[in-house]
Amino acid sequence: MSEQDQHSQQNENREATKTKESQRMSRRKFLTRSGYAVGGVVLGGLLGYLIPKEETKPATPPAPQQQQKNYNEALMFFTQEQYAITQAAVERIFPADDNGPGAKDLGVAFFIDHQLAGDWGFNARDYMQPPFYVGEKTQGYQGRINRREIFYIGLRELQNYSQKKYKKDFPALSPEEQDAVLTAFQNDEVNLTTISASGFFNLLRSSTLEGVYSDPLYGGNKNMQGWAMRDYPGNQMTYTNIIEKDYTVVPPQSLRDHL
Amino acid sequence: MAKKLPKTDVVIIGVGWAGGIIASELTKQGLSVVGLERGKERVTEDYYMAHDELRYALRYELMQDLSKETITFRGNEKIRALPMRQYGSFLLGEGVGGAGVHWNGQTYRFLPYDFEIRSMTEERYGKDKIPPGMMIQDWGITYDKLEPYFDKFEKMAGISGEVNPLAGKRSNEYPTPPMLHTPSMKMFVEAAKKLNLHPYTVPSANLSESYTNPDGISRAACQYCGYCERFGCEYGAKADPVVTVIPVAKKTGKFEIRTHSYVRRILHSGGKATGVMYTDMTTGEEIEQPADIVVSTGYVFNNTRLMLLSKIGKPYDPATGKGVIGKNYAYQVIKGNAVGFFDDQKFNLYAGAGSLGVCVDDYNGDNFDHSDLKFIHGGNIAHTFTGQRPIQNNPVPEDSPRWGKEFKANSLKYANSVLTIGSQGSSMPFRHHYLDLDPTYKDAFGDPLIRITFDFEEQDRELARYLSDRCGDIMKEMGTDRILKMKELGPYEITTYQSTHNTGGVIMGASPDTSAVNNYMQMWDMENLFVIGASAFPHNSGYNPTGTVGALAYRAAEGIVQYSKKGGLLV
Repeated sequence: MSEQDQHSQQNENREATKTKESQRMSRRKFLTRSGYAVGGVVLGGLLGYLIPKEETKPATPPAPQQQQKNYNEALMFFTQEQYAITQAAVERIFPADDNGPGAKDLGVAFFIDHQLAGDWGFNARDYMQPPFYVGEKTQGYQGRINRREIFYIGLRELQNYSQKKYKKDFPALSPEEQDAVLTAFQNDEVNLTTISASGFFNLLRSSTLEGVYSDPLYGGNKNMQGWAMRDYPGNQMTYTNIIEKDYTVVPPQSLRDHL
Repeated sequence: MAKKLPKTDVVIIGVGWAGGIIASELTKQGLSVVGLERGKERVTEDYYMAHDELRYALRYELMQDLSKETITFRGNEKIRALPMRQYGSFLLGEGVGGAGVHWNGQTYRFLPYDFEIRSMTEERYGKDKIPPGMMIQDWGITYDKLEPYFDKFEKMAGISGEVNPLAGKRSNEYPTPPMLHTPSMKMFVEAAKKLNLHPYTVPSANLSESYTNPDGISRAACQYCGYCERFGCEYGAKADPVVTVIPVAKKTGKFEIRTHSYVRRILHSGGKATGVMYTDMTTGEEIEQPADIVVSTGYVFNNTRLMLLSKIGKPYDPATGKGVIGKNYAYQVIKGNAVGFFDDQKFNLYAGAGSLGVCVDDYNGDNFDHSDLKFIHGGNIAHTFTGQRPIQNNPVPEDSPRWGKEFKANSLKYANSVLTIGSQGSSMPFRHHYLDLDPTYKDAFGDPLIRITFDFEEQDRELARYLSDRCGDIMKEMGTDRILKMKELGPYEITTYQSTHNTGGVIMGASPDTSAVNNYMQMWDMENLFVIGASAFPHNSGYNPTGTVGALAYRAAEGIVQYSKKGGLLV
């Protein structure tokens, strides 16, 4: 194990209180580096109101408790069956291994459920006006159905294909069989009438990575473990002090730490 | 019947970089200006929660709502154009500050060669060097004439940089020193020097130190937080219109911004603009704003579309090559790059700034001999350090799977061990690349969308391959274990992000036969209408365009003030 890896291992094990301490540290350093404390100039931006905030109202994240229920872990869109299929599929895309947790333990299925429940699931900010034609590959997605419907159909077809091939539901298959099913979708070896199998697979893959690495506020990347696996520091105020330096591991912070 | 408001001296359409510059310069001279912006008000305090990759980079928080308006695209005239239903190739800004809020801040000046591209190409290589159908033309202005306006833009924005030995002459050094160098940037500089190239630090609108500009605006230094492109800057360290020119205009008391105001037509009679018609997006009401001078400062597509919808200027006809509106649409050739995988070295890739980087111009413009090459122009080659955010950056070696156990292991292994050298290839206009109104698809008001007809040409394929090889040379010298290079450019596709550097459509030039506006951005056909932006570029260079857009805007501002006093065509 290299020195850097050891560092990262230690950092993963660091307690929340230490993170808070370093957050305060980096904030102090930031203020010095930005010239706020030394210069007489009143600078624009957020500097002005950051400082009183820091002094009068320290960040107060809820005290970490053992076994505390996460009320965010419930379903807004999926049925329990759809949730189970999604959870099994995303775990194959980003499995647990020696590096750390997989998509399942990172809460990726909750993340996808919550995303589909909102405007992204309805393609609210996409152009969805007719007429719909089959286009060239270079012209991008031209279907009339939204992401909710794509997941609805795609998950059902994962189930159908598994039943047809193995006489079992997708979540009940062995990991190798699940990989074979997903590969068949990825390579368009499955013929779906309404959507493209690879289109669904690509959506599943990209939303898995979103769930692994987006801020924990969205329900995935549980306890910032997705970030910790790749030493990503999340949301930091400043890197001026390390930008010229060799590899430096900074303990991660989420947007919650910033509030 | 539209509600008619009292007349103003000047109305500007779109409050981004060009609109903000026009507003600040004109109000300083005592003109009353109304700025119409279809998006919402934006302030620095909006970005307290800006370090959110999902919301800003993947869900396009700051971008135009495509459900209301998009573009349509086809590779050539034989294909049916279809709407860009989701974002991909480029990102359209919206709201006060426009795309100037979510840019990276790389602020170059186009080369002297760019402004006289046809004359200089013919002079050095002969007329046959320019292939049939390539529509390059001189810009109707030289670099030297434009230099003072570049200088003005750089001082206003506080650009941090060092002199580029291969660019046009400068009257002044950059207002602030270059950004700090990361270890990998130092590696690039060393490698480039060994190859006898001329590396320099990317000129940056992210301030290297606190700075007060000539307008008295003070801003803080960049913190290298790694969230620039697609994000707003919570420090105001990245120059954008909201923290620079707009407050200057507001302070005069002569600038009124109306947000949620969607301009749909420029009104005109007897060859002169009389004002604009817009819809108040909060009430649906149609409103007429009369003005002595109309300035269109939208993005490339909006400027062009507004001319076509308002029936101003002669639409371009690719069959005859006649007409000017929609002509010379160009883009950029971005895919020629080299990705280096370092097995035993890690870098602080999570940090960075949108315009943190080092680059060379040895293969840009006509800085190298093209006699034996099958293309003209070239591109800037850069190693930028912009913050590798984790959802969008999961590079793995070529032979690695894209998902599963091995993908996970590889993506984690290389998360902090991959460096990229990219090129920004120029884009030459061709006769059959253009913008016009789509015959089928409409916006939320029932007006036709703008249609892009564009594909990469042999020129672009040759250029991309050449630049990719040059990127590879430098990467090899940097000592990487393996290099992944672009192999084939392929057709232009709308689905993958490449560059928000679209250009042309309302181009500038020396004659009304070949251009829509003169070198003050004044419409040849309508003297009290000015159209400002990268829409004025007759071709696109191998650089980020904003520095040149800024210079053209300052020049236009001078012209508009002159026009407001004397009238008439300025050229």
